[in-house]
Amino acid sequence: MAARAALASPMIEFFNDYIMSALVLGSIYALGAIGISMIYAILRFAHFAHGDVLTLGAYLALPLVAIGVHPVLTIPIAMAVSAVVAIGIDKAFYRPFRKSQPIIMVIASFGVALMLRSAFQLFWGIDDKYYWAIQPPLESLEPFSIGAKHLYIGGAVVILIGATHYLLAYTRTGKAMRAMSDDPDLARVTGIPTEKIVIWTWIVGASLAAAAGVLLGMDTRIKFDMGWNLLLPMFAAAILGGLGRPYGAIAGGMVIGGLEELSTLIIPGDYKSAVAFGVMVLVLIFRPQGIFKGRVL
Amino acid sequence: MEFIGGLILFLVGFATLASIASISTLGLNICWGVTGLFNIGIAGFYAVGAYTSAILTAEPSVPSNPHLGGFELPIPIGWAGAMLASAAIAWVVGKICLRLRADYLAIATIGIAEIIRITFRNWGGLAGGSYGIHRIPRPFEEWGQPWAEIFFLLLVVAVVVVIYLVIERGINSPWGRMMRAIRENELAAAAAGKDVERMRLQAFVYGSALMGLAGALSAHYLKQFLPEDTEPLTATFLIWVMLIAGGSGNNKGAILGAFVVWGLWTMSEFLTDLLSAEWATRAAYIRVFLIGFLLQVVLQFFARGIIPEKPPVIRREEKAEAAKPG
Repeated sequence: MAARAALASPMIEFFNDYIMSALVLGSIYALGAIGISMIYAILRFAHFAHGDVLTLGAYLALPLVAIGVHPVLTIPIAMAVSAVVAIGIDKAFYRPFRKSQPIIMVIASFGVALMLRSAFQLFWGIDDKYYWAIQPPLESLEPFSIGAKHLYIGGAVVILIGATHYLLAYTRTGKAMRAMSDDPDLARVTGIPTEKIVIWTWIVGASLAAAAGVLLGMDTRIKFDMGWNLLLPMFAAAILGGLGRPYGAIAGGMVIGGLEELSTLIIPGDYKSAVAFGVMVLVLIFRPQGIFKGRVL
Repeated sequence: MEFIGGLILFLVGFATLASIASISTLGLNICWGVTGLFNIGIAGFYAVGAYTSAILTAEPSVPSNPHLGGFELPIPIGWAGAMLASAAIAWVVGKICLRLRADYLAIATIGIAEIIRITFRNWGGLAGGSYGIHRIPRPFEEWGQPWAEIFFLLLVVAVVVVIYLVIERGINSPWGRMMRAIRENELAAAAAGKDVERMRLQAFVYGSALMGLAGALSAHYLKQFLPEDTEPLTATFLIWVMLIAGGSGNNKGAILGAFVVWGLWTMSEFLTDLLSAEWATRAAYIRVFLIGFLLQVVLQFFARGIIPEKPPVIRREEKAEAAKPG
């Protein structure tokens, strides 16, 4: 028995130090990457403000948490409001360019990212904010160091991914979205209402990003640049999974999250974001369509 | 008299910074305006240039602020080194990413800029980490105020003029027409026998080298360089707004845009300084917001900029040459 415990303890330590954080980070990347991937495939541009939509979600939950709502319960509200904001942003800043070169929309989204970020700084300041105090790991789950927040995050991720799967696989709207991300022209010819699907793309993309923001806030802290800093790994995840492939984006997010956490075994943690970039470059060179055979635009 | 002296110094400082920005803008014009390469890693190339020149020319580092070098080399060597280092990094990035669609290049360049920033900030032994590099020499320093500032401004202006003339010549030559052809229709250019990939790489490397030079000039002007100076906001985003507002594809537009947008940026700082201390910090964010909004307005309503791009003029003899029955 003692020998077995000794054998198991490095494994448990490894789980506590790396696997837990990889799972949390990977799920957050996955939720963000779904939107990036779908927007890329359906609207045909890289949405540079997606990280800031994530931040928006995290901040929207703050006042609710302040009046005593549990952070998990704020997720649906943060999702709904962010989706409305994203549709508004699309109407004001992206829609005028639908017919022109997609790269103009990239520039516009870069500007939107900046506007959102300065709005956060204006309204919420630049200091770190927290939903709750640091929580000790649950004693009942010893020797695993799992906090209550991890259980909430895990449960929320399962529900969100399940709901996304249901939407994409079983509803008319979801099927139309997948058809449009496969081939927009063909989808249009078959009579799929383009603008309606675009709105749904923003609803799905922005609300999942907002949820990811609340989850990240639950795990760590809320800061104006939290989403901007995740942009690169989320793009890497979307490209790795194959653009236009929501399930690919989920897999890509988990892979990137895992690699980033494991990389701290060999390189200093400060350079973590270089890992996502390295993976992305390798994918672009050797398999630009990604794992799940997405589109190469 | 004191007021006028202060005003002159302010205007000289303003013109110097705007001229340095216009070098970046001209570099971006080669990348985006002429060739259509979406480079949003300006901050990265700018940082490489600044730190390279700083390491080459600064006084030897002291134990309280360790960094590589300084080697106390002459300033022109620092500038050449800055351009070479930025060009080398651009070459590697371009080699990998240029054959892909513009969005990938955007993601790749912003990624490389972030990694460069993280590296400079965290690798204390290379560039002083978060303390940056100090004691970078500024030319003409021995002349004292205000002549040192004025001479430095003249030097920067001279650099801008030289760059402007070289690029103007370049884009009005067959080289420039080919670049435009690649931007407008890559397939057609390739079908006409142009080596599209090589030409795009050239434009990307030249443009990035200019961004490196702009970084070097600002490092020498500020006499110190910190990781904060490579904030993507000022180093990347403002340059984009300058080029698009000024008229992308047009070198005069690029320079004018740099002065106009830098002017707006500086003026907005004046306005926020008038506010109370508590509001002043908040107003700083409003400035950034307004710059983002300005970009949207320009994109939607004045997409061609203040001085729009002019189609290249084909001289009469060339036309005659082309019309000759072959």
